[in-house]
Amino acid sequence: MSGATATHPVLAVEDVRTRFHTQEGVVHAVNGIGFELGEGEVLGVVGESGSGKSVTMLSLLRLLPTPPAEIVSGSARLEGEDLMALDADRLREVRGARVGFIFQDPMTSLNPVLTVGYQLTEPLRLHLGMDKAAARERAAQLLDLVGIPEATRRLSDFPHQFSGGMRQRVMIAIALACSPKVLIADEPTTALDVTIQAQILDVVKRLRRELGMSIIWITHDLGVVAGLADRVMVMYGGQVVERADVKSLYARPKHPYTRGLLRTLPSPDAEGETSGRLASIPGHPPSLLQAPASCPFAPRCEHAFDRCQRENPMLQAVGEGHEVACFFDVDRGAPRAD
Amino acid sequence: MPTEPAIANAPVHSDRATPVLVEVENLAKHFPIMRGVFRRQVGSVRAVDGVNFRIHERETLGLVGESGCGKSTAGRVILRLYDPTAGRIAFRGEDIGDVHGESLRRLRQSMQMVFQDPQDSLNPRMTVGSIVGEPLVEHGVAKGRALDERVDELLNAVGLSARFANRYPHEFSGGQRQRIGIARALALEPEFIVCDEPIAALDVSIQAQVVNLLQDLQERLGLTYLFISHDLAMVRHIADRVAVMYLGKIVELAPSDELYREPLHPYTRALMSAAPVHDPELEAARERIILTGDVPSPANPPSGCRFNTRCPMATPECSVREPEWRELRPGHQVACHYAGDVERMPAIIKTGEPG
Ligand SMILES: Nc1ncnc2c1ncn2[C@@H]1O[C@H](COP(=O)(O)OP(=O)(O)OP(=O)(O)O)[C@@H](O)[C@H]1O
Ligand SMILES: Nc1ncnc2c1ncn2[C@@H]1O[C@H](COP(=O)(O)OP(=O)(O)OP(=O)(O)O)[C@@H](O)[C@H]1O
Ligand SMILES: [Mg+2]
Ligand SMILES: [Mg+2]
Repeated sequence: MSGATATHPVLAVEDVRTRFHTQEGVVHAVNGIGFELGEGEVLGVVGESGSGKSVTMLSLLRLLPTPPAEIVSGSARLEGEDLMALDADRLREVRGARVGFIFQDPMTSLNPVLTVGYQLTEPLRLHLGMDKAAARERAAQLLDLVGIPEATRRLSDFPHQFSGGMRQRVMIAIALACSPKVLIADEPTTALDVTIQAQILDVVKRLRRELGMSIIWITHDLGVVAGLADRVMVMYGGQVVERADVKSLYARPKHPYTRGLLRTLPSPDAEGETSGRLASIPGHPPSLLQAPASCPFAPRCEHAFDRCQRENPMLQAVGEGHEVACFFDVDRGAPRAD
Repeated sequence: MPTEPAIANAPVHSDRATPVLVEVENLAKHFPIMRGVFRRQVGSVRAVDGVNFRIHERETLGLVGESGCGKSTAGRVILRLYDPTAGRIAFRGEDIGDVHGESLRRLRQSMQMVFQDPQDSLNPRMTVGSIVGEPLVEHGVAKGRALDERVDELLNAVGLSARFANRYPHEFSGGQRQRIGIARALALEPEFIVCDEPIAALDVSIQAQVVNLLQDLQERLGLTYLFISHDLAMVRHIADRVAVMYLGKIVELAPSDELYREPLHPYTRALMSAAPVHDPELEAARERIILTGDVPSPANPPSGCRFNTRCPMATPECSVREPEWRELRPGHQVACHYAGDVERMPAIIKTGEPG
């Protein structure tokens, strides 16, 4: 699957830079992100809270209010067409129909004064031209698909009448409604228990198999990434710091941040007892008030040396399909020669 | 309903049992279903439907269960953010089921909630500094410089820079917003906090930081938590005991290591087997118990045992007779007719703990 991406990506993103103009100054939230997404591929995106995962994806579909946001550069070619250069009408056609977006915060994107049924049927009528009755029937099927009981009755309920996880599933149903080519899911299962989550992951895997849907899945859950993603992209301070197919990322993480992340998982010891304090990565994330001129992780990095304070490392290949942005070679325990 | 109040459940984190801080008995919260022009009530959603447990001082009780099973509602009723439909809630032995006005306000100083949806506690028109400081002002705890210092301290404690105090909630990422809600709940150093999915939007490193903070505060100030989460590994780590909820009821309650080692209820087993594993090779190889059958609705719960429509070991009896709440081992309670009957249980599928 990762092989397919090199030849013919469905979505090719290049050099996205987004900043926010605030009272304290300019926040450099996304600093030159690029990636490719192959047909039927699942790209997992993980990274520090505040590292720019959501802002990157919102930038692709121009979903950020400008100002305060400013998209400085970037392109996102969906089957050849640059989403970041489309006019508003064309963009509206693409959103919902060819790209489904699941927002991180269901309550900010679900309209509290409209019924869930209305919010589900609207894209079906708009993009697929269904009539009211057909759209309602399909909407109920979609709610049922994401495991919401008594789906038909619940169409006339408002979002506040749903539990946290149900709202999230309503969002998922809306995003899937028109069988989009690309699904961008931003922390879509944080409010779901593991059994419902497993059910949702099965639905997603099926859609990817049957429809060749390509998926970007942002999550903090490294277990979900392990089970779902073909490739993983790790973000820190508005940049991609590592990218690899899922197996090599877990088996041979190269970036000190990725390594720290994998170390912090709570895991029961031999007797299955958990105890003591959890490991976390010491230090603070970068303030983002300056454009990065050095490695954003350097202040927290156990391997940092003088070069890391002077230069910002670029992604470079360190193995088959494995890239890392780091001057230090963790395998040799010495600075990388280049 | 033959559910008895939970009997003496000593917390296991210390040798001596601490006194009970929070106790609920047959607690219920039903939401009316209204239909038609005249908003006639046509039924009710039995979100919480007869729940019993005790939480001891300095204890962390974990609460896990299917999405929509009533966890948030239970937390809100206990804090009196909703009025209970039935049952008793006691805090320090005192009935708080229908306190109002000034006494309720005073109670709020001792009981706080970290909300699942940060929106529920973050006013979009207030700066983060004033959101976190609001409870301190409202209860006259701090003002002026002391207030600012305390707000900075709280923001730092959750890993946010005090420089952010003048920003508004929408200027933060999802995980940052969740931490603002935590800082606010901690402001008054309450005795009891309902943490509703407090770490769901955080990366694992910051999760660790927040969980360590909650544990430090517990040590230092003797806090008590009800910790609602879908993250089973984290619940195991932080909770002394864990309650498993299904469709408005508690189906199993046990000391956490015991629950994870030997879950007795078939729903608990299915839940444990579905937890994702942090390893792509093991993840691909492992098996899990898949629940089939329709997910029932709390507006129309199945008769008998509520899990019978999806239970892999249900018998005809299960749809007729509601299982009793039994203590099968010391401190380990379960509501299932066949809970002791290991033979009939679907095996716990080893989800490949490393090593
Ligand atoms: N409107 C805004 N004004 C100023 N800064 C902003 C704004 N929106 C986001 N940011 C900042 O941009 C950075 C990236 O935010 P983003 O939401 O992309 O993070 P994220 O990686 O999705 O984090 P999380 O995992 O917590 O959701 C954060 O540091 C955030 O504080
Ligand atoms: N205000 C309300 N009006 C009507 N029904 C409600 C209301 N709040 C919750 N419910 C219903 O009560 C049930 C329990 O909801 P609750 O939010 O307590 O679930 P939960 O266990 O917290 O789920 P999740 O894990 O998804 O957050 C759900 O069926 C929900 O739809
Ligand atoms: Mg985000
Ligand atoms: Mg909830």
